[in-house]
Amino acid sequence: MTDAPWRPTGSARALKARALLYAGIRAFFAERDVLEVSTPVLAAHGVTDPHIPCIAVPGYGYLQSSPEYHMKRLLAAGSGPLYQISHAFRDGETGQRHNPEFTLLEWYRPGFDLQALINETVALLALQLDQPPAQQHRFRDLFRAVTGLDPMRAPLTDLYRASPDPLPDDLDRSALVDYLMATRVESALPTDTLTVVSHYPGWAAALARTSADQDNEIVAERFEIYFGAMELANGYHELTDAAEQARRFEADQQRRDAAAQPGMRADPYLLAALAQGLPDCAGVALGLDRLLMCQLGATSIREVLAFPGDIA
Amino acid sequence: MASYSTNEFKSGLKVMLDGDPCAIVENEFVKPGKGQAFNRVKLRNLRSGKIWERTFKSGESLEGADVMDVEMQYLYTDGEFWHFMNPESFEQLPADESAVRDAVQWLKEEDLCTVTLYNGAPLAVAPPNFVELEIIETDPGLKGDTAGTGGKPAKLSTGATVRVPLFVQTGEVVKVDTRTGEYVNRVKG
Repeated sequence: MTDAPWRPTGSARALKARALLYAGIRAFFAERDVLEVSTPVLAAHGVTDPHIPCIAVPGYGYLQSSPEYHMKRLLAAGSGPLYQISHAFRDGETGQRHNPEFTLLEWYRPGFDLQALINETVALLALQLDQPPAQQHRFRDLFRAVTGLDPMRAPLTDLYRASPDPLPDDLDRSALVDYLMATRVESALPTDTLTVVSHYPGWAAALARTSADQDNEIVAERFEIYFGAMELANGYHELTDAAEQARRFEADQQRRDAAAQPGMRADPYLLAALAQGLPDCAGVALGLDRLLMCQLGATSIREVLAFPGDIA
Repeated sequence: MASYSTNEFKSGLKVMLDGDPCAIVENEFVKPGKGQAFNRVKLRNLRSGKIWERTFKSGESLEGADVMDVEMQYLYTDGEFWHFMNPESFEQLPADESAVRDAVQWLKEEDLCTVTLYNGAPLAVAPPNFVELEIIETDPGLKGDTAGTGGKPAKLSTGATVRVPLFVQTGEVVKVDTRTGEYVNRVKG
């Protein structure tokens, strides 16, 4: 006999709220004629992004950190609008708002631009959180309003000075801006309110298109939606240029090498699908565990999971 | 010594930071959207007892600290060192003033203390949670007062001063909680 902690950490109320949330999401998309799909969580390739650590499964490949690549292959094959509720995995991410295995709602809308998808995401969230539509800010304006610094141009020493904690001394601009975003800007967002942040700095484009802002700085056609300080959703006006995507994957490899991280082969299936042609579309991923935390007023993700990673 | 990556950090883990052994108190994972992940860590410097707050990039690692807690019996002091003995191996180790710090006022010969060893040498000493010590000096209390309203100061054989009820007298032995420095009860002699 052992007294292993076998009981769930999520309450019966949290389990019911999850079932209700999934039903609400399915009704929302059924009404809009968006197809529910199911793609593999275990696949041959991971992602090259050095900030997204994949879990390797020897002999098979990787547990997927998001269903994005497979869903884009479906889009390239002509699926039309589609959504998925899936499990996603990120190595080493454990905290109040993180569990190595978590639940994502991800959907793609051919023909939508960034603003059209922001509007649809806010509509879904407003319904689930019983909230009025969100305030919307451009990343650069919001960052400047909270910290007094321009994320694109402020000297690194000023960004260091704005940090609430002592930091490693080898951070580059993107890491410093990330840290200030997470520690100062997010906590300054109005509580119990939906906030949309759009047009991230170009270096944070990942799989989004880029454009130039009024000062000719490169910005990503990317948005995030917060409820209070809780980051809930991340969306892109998707990059469809296969050559540009291949260049970004290559740049990821170089950053991995520089940080002495293991190499990761760029997914050839995704690149082939992009070469064939991804329709002009926008896509977003929404963390369902976090949305449940907001609905239930939970302070830890453990309260909304049946079994968090340490007792799974 | 092994090294530990930020995702192995958990409360109680002993690591080296800036040349000092530290114990991790709290580890918070901070990740903004899709960017660089960080760990904001609170550590207790085991040498000074001070709390340090540091931020690391996730994936960085710290060297483990060769620190362990051992139950040892307090023997005596020679004025400069406080000598402890491992009751199993009979090995004796001297602890200096910086190691015994506040514990000194509770050290009674033969009591079992928790001695934190760093590279085999005493770094810190924690007295037992409860000690029984003789009162060597206190004002005579008023007869009949057993309510203990407020009490009075009493000096103990080890040098500590605690508040005791008025009915407790010099020469009696009392039980004290060393974590709070509060009187618990009288011990029949």
